[in-house]
Formats: sequence, structure tokens, C-alpha cells
Amino acid sequence: MDLFGDLQVTWWLLLGVLLVGLGVMVGMDMGVGTLLRYVGRSDVERRVALNVIGPHWEGNQVWFILGGGAIFAAFPLIYATAFSGFYVVMMLLLWTMIVRPLGFEYRSKIADVKWRNVWDWSLFVSGAVPMIIFGAAVGNLFCGVPYTFAWDMASVYTGSFLGLLNPFAISTGLLSLALSVMMGGLMLMHRTEGALRERARRAAAGGSLAAIILFAGDGIWVRALDGYRLVRSPQPGTLETPLEQIVTRAAGAWRGNFSLHPVLWVVPIVAFLALFGAYLAARTRRGQLGWWCGALAWAGVIGTAGAGLFPFLLPSSQDPSVSLTVWNASSSRLTLEWMLGFAVVFVPIILWYTSWAFWVMRGQVKPEHVAHDEHVY
Amino acid sequence: MINGTVVDLSRVQFAATALYHFLFVPLTLGLSFLLAAMETVYVTTGRPIYREMTQFWSKLFMINFALGVATGLTMEFEFGTNWSFYSGFVGDIFGAPLAIEGLMAFFLESTFVGLMIFGWERLSKGQHLAVTWLVALGSNLSALWILVANSFMQDPRGAVFNPTTMRMQLASFGALVFSPDAQSKFVHTSIAGYVTAAVFVAGVSAFYMRRHRHMDLAKRSFRMAALFGVMATIGVITLGDALGFVAARVQPTKLAAMEAVWKTEKAPMPFNLIAFPDQARRVNHGAVRIPDLLSLLVTHTFTGTVPGIDALERQAARRIRNGIPAVEALQTLAGDPHDAVARAQFEAHKADVGYGFLVQRYAPDLQQVTPQEIKRAARDTIPAVAAVFWAFRSMVAFGLLMLAYFVMAMLYTLRNSVQDRPWFLTLGVWMIPIPFLANECGWLVAELGRQPWTVFGVLPTWMSVSDHSVGYMVFSLCGFLLLYTTFIIIEMYLMTRAIRIGPEAPGSGGQSGHARAAQEAHLGG
Ligand code: HDD
Ligand code: HEM
Ligand code: HEM
Repeated sequence: MDLFGDLQVTWWLLLGVLLVGLGVMVGMDMGVGTLLRYVGRSDVERRVALNVIGPHWEGNQVWFILGGGAIFAAFPLIYATAFSGFYVVMMLLLWTMIVRPLGFEYRSKIADVKWRNVWDWSLFVSGAVPMIIFGAAVGNLFCGVPYTFAWDMASVYTGSFLGLLNPFAISTGLLSLALSVMMGGLMLMHRTEGALRERARRAAAGGSLAAIILFAGDGIWVRALDGYRLVRSPQPGTLETPLEQIVTRAAGAWRGNFSLHPVLWVVPIVAFLALFGAYLAARTRRGQLGWWCGALAWAGVIGTAGAGLFPFLLPSSQDPSVSLTVWNASSSRLTLEWMLGFAVVFVPIILWYTSWAFWVMRGQVKPEHVAHDEHVY
Repeated sequence: MINGTVVDLSRVQFAATALYHFLFVPLTLGLSFLLAAMETVYVTTGRPIYREMTQFWSKLFMINFALGVATGLTMEFEFGTNWSFYSGFVGDIFGAPLAIEGLMAFFLESTFVGLMIFGWERLSKGQHLAVTWLVALGSNLSALWILVANSFMQDPRGAVFNPTTMRMQLASFGALVFSPDAQSKFVHTSIAGYVTAAVFVAGVSAFYMRRHRHMDLAKRSFRMAALFGVMATIGVITLGDALGFVAARVQPTKLAAMEAVWKTEKAPMPFNLIAFPDQARRVNHGAVRIPDLLSLLVTHTFTGTVPGIDALERQAARRIRNGIPAVEALQTLAGDPHDAVARAQFEAHKADVGYGFLVQRYAPDLQQVTPQEIKRAARDTIPAVAAVFWAFRSMVAFGLLMLAYFVMAMLYTLRNSVQDRPWFLTLGVWMIPIPFLANECGWLVAELGRQPWTVFGVLPTWMSVSDHSVGYMVFSLCGFLLLYTTFIIIEMYLMTRAIRIGPEAPGSGGQSGHARAAQEAHLGG
């Protein structure tokens, strides 16, 4: 394998990093949205909860935007095939997500009960629905997606919208929702006080427990699914189209990578331990520790999915041999090089100023503060 | 086979969502700079009125910003959802600036916008000023990268088509980024944003002066906006001229449509000040012409000519005939990538492969292509002349109108007499929609004028779409229509409400803390 192959794998890993960033940061904000009406029983409590993430949600949301952009730049065929294939679901995702900025920005502008209730429910929907869709999309990768290609590499989707809502995908959707509720709960626990904090704690504990159960359940379930195996393909690291390989399906094939490299079992084990850590931290009221455990858990869960799927990115159930992989869906070497250069320079800078922003806004958000500062939500 | 209705609906949806996104973007671009300028004055002079100004205008900024972000999310994913062939075909090149935009611009802008709003009490003066400047920098960088992407569609540089992968591939990152179209487009568009913000700030300030409210804040804001506005309007017009110059070279069909030139004439050519182009009969009705001006404007000489639509169509027909063997070679290569004859045939005709695709719309089997079909495809290469012509005329007229307005505004404000001219203040309020219209017209020129291509000369629009059913497209269009209509109503309501409330007690950016606390108390603790 030459440099091109290494770049492809590097970008596959970087995509994983971005998805973990999305899960941790956007997941946290969406968890707060989902929990808003549960943890906040009065308007002041809800505003406190919103202001915990108020200064950060816009920056966090960029993980989602960059995730889309990076898929486009590094694996354009995935961007093209998956987003058009999942059309109706993508629209639901977009529509729920575009209500969110308005929910944050406009909710507290008018002191009217009905107005605020409408936005509270919008924040609930725009927190819970996208998280379920993210998870369900990953679940569908394990089931395969019905598409094929025309001669000119136009992707043709052959399934229906309902096919994407299969039971396995729903269970992974719920897993991602549980993880996001856990992160939202832990953040609120860390940055608020009183009854709100207690309710957030309960949500975080519940979320992590649900995530443990769902993650274990999905792990067992995946053994019964038909996995995909790359039987023959051009040498990795050469430019190729998805029309030049042979792929077969077999029950349990998703465990192939784990059998081949048993060291990979570390990844799901880390996920379990981190989830358990988050649960214990919630029980013992250690919000910050719990949050970091939760972040590690996201990395473990996404890492497990990635380790199972590699080198597949989007398997085709219609015609397994045209499945998109790290080798045949990527951009050219030059693009990957340039993009890697930008990522190496900018990702550390982003992490640095994001941490600075959290540090500036550190400390607990209190009801007095929300009532008197006119800059807050 | 691709369904024509789906192509049309996809175009309508993209156009509507992009035009909608661009209602909010220019104000963000310009207002972020004005905020930074106001805060700079505050920090250097220490006068609290400038802090109040910064805080007041940043409230309006945020109401607008929320919708810019929301509608931008749609844009980021719409290439994949609705232009899937396009995305696969040019993602190698086009995806890169989009991703870099996220890395370099959106993170910067969005992270610091939170601190800009929430950080007043937590940051030192200098730190807060830096944060505001970073927001302005971030929003302008985002314009830079998205326009680099857009310019690639207008003038595809730095890329080659790879017949092995059937996709375009990056050949030179430098050529992509430093394309002359991208450069002039970026400057023209971002300055258009500054014009927009200047008209907005001046207009709202005029509204207050007209009612004798917040006089100090309004007068100072008006003065800053007027000075900023004069410079920006001159800039946008100068750069608009440069942009026309660039467009003339790379997209003669767009230029011919902008100027409604049906026939090539001898230099120096006259300029159509007004005309009613008739696409079917290829003539202009009721044209008012100024002798010699067209050659002067477009080529900056009296001897240059502008190729007319008649000549451009003949040239397109030639290129279509030359492109057909290239597409046929690709079809062979798709079956057998190692066919040396087909590869040689492709190499010989590859310059016109896009024109071969163009005629495939009418002749899916290129072996059977007829002269009528070639003629029809050649006619397709001419965009909708009347729409482009009038959108362009409107943009320029709006630009000249704003220039006149700002020159007067500057004179009056420097003589400190604006507040005594109620008619001018009223005019200021009525000017607010003008830059928004000019912006939308500009995009109509740029994007309608690029038709029938998504990537000029390379990839026709009809091929670029995803293979959705009409039902899916109707579903998504209705969804966007419903949501976006609701959004704009809410936004306009909040914006006018915030303007009516205005800045209150000194030192607060809006309602005083007490007033707000009292109001909140109604909701119960
Ligand atoms: C306040 C807004 C505004 C104003 C006053 C003007 N423009 Fe403009 N124009 C834009 C806002 C804009 C824009 C929205 O920013 C566009 C759309 C695409 C682009 O690059 O910029 C644009 C596009 C655009 C294009 C098409 C570019 C292309 O095809 O890619 C040309 C040729 C001009 N402009 C020329 C002018 C001239 C000669 C003006 C003289 C008065 C002018 N514009 C005023
Ligand atoms: C926000 C400002 C923009 C506006 C208002 C705008 C406007 C439009 C309009 C009116 C069309 C329809 C043309 C037609 O189909 O007849 C269009 C098409 C399109 N534009 Fe833009 N555009 C904008 C920016 C961009 C940018 C920055 C890009 C790329 C980075 C882009 C990519 C496209 C694509 C892919 C299509 C669809 C294909 C086509 O119909 O040509 N647009 N846009
Ligand atoms: C059609 C292609 C376009 C795409 C894919 C796109 C994408 C986006 C996205 C995802 C956002 C939200 C970013 C955030 O969360 O901070 C956004 C906002 C923004 N976009 Fe666009 N955009 C497009 C067209 C344009 C154009 C043509 C410009 C400028 C010339 C522009 C300038 C901006 C700016 C300044 C913002 C920041 C805030 C605001 O919108 O008010 N965009 N865009």
C-alpha cells in the first residue's frame, strides 16, 4: 500500500474523529433540548438549562456541518449516494435541525407562556429526532442500503423510505438518543444546582444505563445480521471505481475484523467501561468526570461501529459488489493531501479556542444570573 | 433516465433555498464589520455610547444570524440530497473549499459569536473586542471559501476529468483558489454585504431620528453607516465592473444574455439601456441603445466586440459534434477500462465532452443523434436572456441609486443636518429593502446566466440531479415552503419589534435589566 492508501485510512480515521465530535458536542446540546421540559419545571429553570449551553451550541453545531463537508471532500461518493438515497430522512433531519437555532435564539425574546412553550417543544423535537436519525443511519450501514450505479457512476436508489426504518436501525437510533440524553444530563448536572441538578442527574444515570443495555443488545443482534466481506478488489491505494470488486454477504461477517485482530475488542470494552463510569459518576454527582467518561463512551461506540464495518463505508444490499469502501469512494490523492494539511493545522486551533470559550464561561449558571443579565437567552 | 420535471423542481428548490439563505448572509457579513468598528471606537475612546451602540446592533445581528445559520444548514447538505450526480462528479474539487470553510470559518465565527453575546461581563474590554473582530473575520472567510467553490462552477480551473473513475479530479489547488473569478467574486460579494449593512444601519437610525428617539445613538450610527456605505458602494460598483470583465472572458453566453446581444456587430458596439428580449424570435423589442458604450464597458476599448448569440450557437453546435465521440468513448471505457482505442478517442475529443452530455438529453443513444437534436442542444446553451438582462439592469440601477443616496447621506451627516430633513430620513427607511433586492438580482445573473451548466462547459444541469421521484420533490418543496415562510414571518416580527423597542437606558443594550426581570416575573419563578 502506498501513500494514497495511507491517506485514505487517515481520512477514514479523521471522519471518525469528526463523528465523535458530533456525538459529544452536538449530542450534548440535543440532549439538553430533549430534556428541557423534564429537567426544567419552571420557566426560570428552563432558561438556566438553555444558558448552560447557550454560549456554545453554535460552535458545537459546526461539528455537524464539518462532518458533512468532510464527507463531501474526502469521500464524495458517500456524500452523493447516502444523502440522496436517504432523501426523506435527510429532509426530516434538516427540517428538525434548522428549527433549533431559532429555538435557542428566539425563545426568550418574548415573555409569553404560549410563545415559549412552542419553542420548548421545538427544542425537544429538534433534539430527539436528529439524534435518532444519526443513530439509525449508522444502523442502516450494518443492514446495507439498496442502491446501485449506472454506467456513468450515477447512483440509483432502489429502496423505499420505509426500508430505512428497520428494527435494527431503530435500536441504534435509540442508542444514540440515550447517549445524547446522558451527555446533556451530565453537562447540566455539572453546571446547575438544586432541583434542576437532581433531575439532570437522574436523566444522566438513566441515559447511561439505557445506553449500556442498547449497546450490548445491538452487539448481540449484529451477529445475526448478514455482514459484508470484501472478497476481491484492486490493490488498495489505486484509483478505482466501485464496479471492480466482489463482495459477498454472510451471517456474522461484521465480526470478521474482530476475529482477525482480537486487539480490536479493546474498543467495545472501553465503550462499556466508559458508559459504566458515566453511570457511576452520575450516581455520585461528579458531573465533570462523568462528562469525560461520556465523551470516551461516544468514541468507543463509534469506534466499535467503524472497526466492524471497515473497509466498508456504505454497503449496498441491492448489489453488494458495488458497495462503497474506503478504497473506492475517496477523493484523489491531491485532495486528500491538501485537506489533511488544513485539518492538521486547524483542528488543534479549533480545539484550543473551543476549550478557551468553555473556560471563559465556566462555573454554574444560576437563576439570579438569568433574571438580570440581558445578554442571555 | 432523468425526468425533466425532477430537474426543474430540483432547480426551483435549490434556487429558492439559496436565494433565501442569501437574504440573511449579506447583513451578517457587513454588520459584523460595523459592530467591530463601533466596538473599536468604544475601546479606543472609552465612551459608553459606543458600547451601547455595539450592544444594540448586536441584538439585531443575532436575530438575523440565527436564520443565516439555519438556512445555511440546508445548503450544506442540499448538494448531496438533490445534486447527487454533481456531488460525485466534482466532489473531489468542490468538496474541499466547503470543508475548509467549516474548519477555518464556521468554527471561528460560531464559537466566538457565543462569546460575543455572552461574554460582556466575563471578558476584558480588549478580549471582547478581539472576539468581535474574530466573528467578522470568520463570516468573511466563510464567504471567501464558498465563493471559491461557486467560482469553480463558473470557471472550472485546476481540475481534470479522469476517465478511469468517471469523475473530475483536482489537478492544482492553487489554480482553484486563485481563480480570477473567485477573487473578484469574493471582493464584490463581501462588499455587497457591507453595502447591505450600511443601508440597514442608516435606515434604522433614520427611523429613530424621524421620531426623535435615541438621537445620540442614531446620529452616530448613521454617520458611521454613511461613511462606510459610500466607500462600500463605490467598491461594489468598481468590482462589479471587474466581475463583468472576468465573466466576459470565461462565459460569453452569460455576457451575451446580460446585454441581450443577439447578433455580433462591428466594433464599437452599442449598449442596450432598455430592451425587451424575445427568446423565441431572437430579437429585442423597444430597445433604447447608447452608441459605442458596450464595447467600452465590456472590453474597455472602442475596438473590442462582444460575440452575439448567433455566433455562440454556431460555436456550440461545433463543440457538440466534437463532444459526441468523447462521450461514446466513455461509454466504451465504462465497460472495459483498458480499451486503448476508446481511450485515445476520448483524449482526442475530451475538451468538448460536456457538450456531448448536453445533447444526450435529447439523444440518449448518441449513435442516432439528428441535426435537429444538435441544434436544439446548441440553443440550450443560451440562458434565459430576458431574466438575466433585467436582473442585471436592476442590480446596476439599485447600485447607482444607493450611491446617490450615500453621497447625500454623507454630505448631510458631515454638515450635521440629516436630523433636520424628514424627507431624507423617510427615504432612508424606504431604502432598506434595496440592497437585499440588489443581492438577489446579482445571484440571479450569476446563476441563471450559467445555465444550462452546473459546471460551466463541463457538466449540464440536467445530468446533475439525484434520481428522485416527482413525489419526493413535491414533498420536500412543500416542506421548505411551509417552514421558510413561517421563519420569515417570525424573523420580521422579532426584528421590527426589537427595532421598535430600541435601545433603552444607557449602559443596557435593550430593555433594562429591571424591566426584563419584572416581565419575566409574570411567568412565575
Ligand atoms: C448590494 C448588492 C450589489 C450591488 C449594488 C451590485 N452587485 Fe453585482 N452582484 C452582487 C451584489 C451587488 C452579488 C449578490 O454579490 C453577486 C451575485 C454573485 C456574485 O458573485 O455577486 C453579484 C453578481 C454580479 C455579476 C455576475 C457575476 C457572475 O456571473 O459570476 C456581475 C457582472 C455584477 N454583479 C456586476 C455589478 C455591477 C456592474 C454593478 C454596478 C452597479 C453591481 N454588480 C452592483
Ligand atoms: C447564496 C447565494 C446563491 C444564490 C442566491 C444562488 C442562486 C441560484 C439560483 C437562482 C439557481 C437556479 C439556476 C437555475 O437552475 O436556473 C442556482 C442554482 C445552483 N447554484 Fe446557486 N446560488 C447561490 C450560491 C451558490 C453557491 C455558493 C454555490 C456553490 C458553492 C451554488 C451552487 C448552485 C447549484 C449546484 C445549483 C443547481 C444547478 C443549477 O441549476 O445550475 N450556488 N443558484
Ligand atoms: C450554496 C452554497 C452555500 C452553502 C453550502 C452554505 C453553507 C452555510 C452553512 C452550513 C452556514 C451555517 C454556518 C454556521 O453554523 O455558522 C452558513 C452560514 C453563512 N453563510 Fe452560507 N452557504 C452557502 C452560500 C453562501 C454564500 C454565497 C455566502 C457568501 C457570499 C455565504 C456566507 C455565509 C455566511 C457569512 C454565514 C454566516 C452566518 C449567517 O449566515 O448569517 N453562504 N452557510
